[in-house]
Amino acid sequence: MSASPKPADTGRRAWLGAAAAGLAGVMLAPGVRLIEVAAAPPARTGGADPAVRWGLLIDTTKCAPGCDACVSACQTENGLGTPTRSTDARWIRKIEIKEIRTGRQASVPVMCQHCAEPPCVDVCPTGASFKRADGIVLVDRHSCIGCRYCMMACPYKARSFVHEPLTDQHPDVPRGKGCVESCTLCVHRLDRGEKTTACAEACAKAGHGAIVFGDLNDPASEIARRVREIQTTQLRADLRLDPGVRYHGI
Amino acid sequence: MAEPAGRTPRPSIEPAKAGTQCIAPTEVMRRDHPKMLVHQRDDTVRGGIRGAKASLRGCIDCHAGAQSHSVAKAPGDFCMSCHAYAAVKIDCFECHASTKGVKR
Repeated sequence: MSASPKPADTGRRAWLGAAAAGLAGVMLAPGVRLIEVAAAPPARTGGADPAVRWGLLIDTTKCAPGCDACVSACQTENGLGTPTRSTDARWIRKIEIKEIRTGRQASVPVMCQHCAEPPCVDVCPTGASFKRADGIVLVDRHSCIGCRYCMMACPYKARSFVHEPLTDQHPDVPRGKGCVESCTLCVHRLDRGEKTTACAEACAKAGHGAIVFGDLNDPASEIARRVREIQTTQLRADLRLDPGVRYHGI
Repeated sequence: MAEPAGRTPRPSIEPAKAGTQCIAPTEVMRRDHPKMLVHQRDDTVRGGIRGAKASLRGCIDCHAGAQSHSVAKAPGDFCMSCHAYAAVKIDCFECHASTKGVKR
């Protein structure tokens, strides 16, 4: 395992790669090639970067009560459909909170908090719940057995279980009956190199700008600058799960 | 079909999209496509590595049926024709889209 190839190697590697490509493209017979060189698939990406910690900053002073732009954008992006029953999948919920003594109200979107110490991962009996190197907490549906232990463990009620067979899933977001699922921070977008999630994009488009998405570890990013400048809270900080989602104004 | 009475008809496989070339020779693909996809799915889901050589999306892009635009909706579609013959149930498309060309 050589994690970082020496610069001196690159020239030779490039030459070997070109030579291999040439060999692979040798014509076996007219019109028949062993491996087509021209139809090479899109370049293999490097994968989740452990130096990154993706997170959200939700400014509840800007979040408008009654607005559900983030919720509907999430449903469209991930092919969830509009929930009709209490058991249908909800990756973001809008919670209206009110301090009884003062009457102060706030509207709070709550999704998977992408904890640094996720209890859902601790309790998963099959290892299907996992945290990616860049801090995104996901369910590997290939090994999820649908026991829903993670749903019990999550203090944020962030996860949903798919009870019914699904059809017409989005190609980027495979999901199906018998598995638990939750907010993925639009991982398919991030892996494509995009820098925003559907909810943050929709909130900005609706003119609120209450959701900021970004890399908490990058001091130059907007989210890191904002959490440095304004007071923010993690939900149930007493549990010391270190969520990647932070709230301002609650 | 020149099969003895009572035998299951051999699968008739719809050719891939014209002008495309598979990532490996047919014999290799027939035997090893599950291994390729299993290896790649762990890299993608857990490691976030996209654009690997073997990908389910890649299969669908070339092998979706001309009529159904799918590899698994109709009984004669690419995946289903062999899997029905071999009596091997595939669960891929319980979750994954089997249809080509849904681009948002």
